[in-house]
Amino acid sequence: MFPRSFDYLAPESMDDALSMLAEHGEDAKVLAGGQSLIPLMKLRFAAPDYIIDINRIPDLGSMHENGSLSVGALVRTHDIERSELIKDRYPAMAAAAPLISDPLVRNLGTVVGSLCHADPQGDWASVMLAMNAEIVCRTGESQRRIPVAEFVQGPFTTSLEPNEIATEVNIPDPGADTYGTYMKLERKVGDFASVGVAIHLSFDGPRVERAGIGLTAVGPANIKATEAEQLLTGAELDGGTIARAADLCAEAADPHSDLRGSADYKRAMVRVFVSRALSAATAGKAA
Amino acid sequence: MENKTISVTVNGGSKASEVEPRRLLVHWIREALGLTGTHVGCDTSSCGACTVLLDGTPVKSCTMFAVQADGREVTTVEGLQQGGKLHPVQEGFKEEHGLQCGFCTPGMMLLGAALLEENPDPSEEDVRWAISGNLCRCTGYQNIVKSVQWAARKAASEQSGVNA
Repeated sequence: MFPRSFDYLAPESMDDALSMLAEHGEDAKVLAGGQSLIPLMKLRFAAPDYIIDINRIPDLGSMHENGSLSVGALVRTHDIERSELIKDRYPAMAAAAPLISDPLVRNLGTVVGSLCHADPQGDWASVMLAMNAEIVCRTGESQRRIPVAEFVQGPFTTSLEPNEIATEVNIPDPGADTYGTYMKLERKVGDFASVGVAIHLSFDGPRVERAGIGLTAVGPANIKATEAEQLLTGAELDGGTIARAADLCAEAADPHSDLRGSADYKRAMVRVFVSRALSAATAGKAA
Repeated sequence: MENKTISVTVNGGSKASEVEPRRLLVHWIREALGLTGTHVGCDTSSCGACTVLLDGTPVKSCTMFAVQADGREVTTVEGLQQGGKLHPVQEGFKEEHGLQCGFCTPGMMLLGAALLEENPDPSEEDVRWAISGNLCRCTGYQNIVKSVQWAARKAASEQSGVNA
């Protein structure tokens, strides 16, 4: 399969990339890991006139913590999988990374690229919804931060403007006492999620101080389960609360029946995953 | 649409050519360089038959444009042997019957070689995890895992031989 012809631009600075994008706008696509974009181009679902390859721009591959965690646009899923910082402090990200696609795709595919691709079956958006992350978007003149909940608008649709580049995703400090996980039902390695659930909790003693829950592949976009988050905030995780939160998440899900399972089955799996994750969080507290 | 001139170090030698930007790395390797050990399997980023090492890291060459490899190092299965001596992974596939039809084998061997660079003594689970993006429809993976582990033992014995 061959993509349609395009002109290839390989800027060596963000300023150059932004001026190229300002010039070409909707006729251009930004290439980071390419693990979603290139398959789309081969199938000609995407046929941009210009490809702006940002891989030669320095510093976009870095990840650093300074009050919050900044993950640059060229941080690969594999980098997350291997990071001690992520393992120690951001358990939902650490749990999600090895479950995404397969090792070869993880070697190139980026976190920010996955968010920009906005596939409702994408895993990173759920994790970032649970962690209340923000995307940093730049044009030549301005910069803005968009909460992931507002950034992801629908299937393959984001609020990124044609002249903007998403330069990083920014994740708030999780706090000292946290729990996080990502649970994913997939038919086989490399398949998209049948159902995925991301959970991030920050505790203040026995009580949940902040709760974040993101759902994958059970709606036209990744879903932030806000009612369950509100229920959990300030609560202690007893059996009744866990069951009620799991029910609220199942109600928030809006899955379709397809080859990966019926809508009822997927909704039931959301309930099971939420319940398991919250139970595991309380087990951690008891220990 | 403007062609680009690229220069890529392939299996240790510099290769320069003019390419159309839409040309996939796998097609450049197979058609421009004539290195047909890199296979096109699914052509949909699913099977790993087109695996090559990019600066030592396994990637799917059907999901990358040749222009992206400009200035970088690519290793294909043809680059595994050194001076006529088989790589331990290649020997392992021979000793442990790690292939039947052979279509997935170049990718599997490159994954095995990359794994051993990072982890010289991989468990069965480590090997299965490393090759989890590569499909084999013949072997049930059993002998592929054994082949990589054979290679690990071989490399270790050669290493201790050198040290002794």
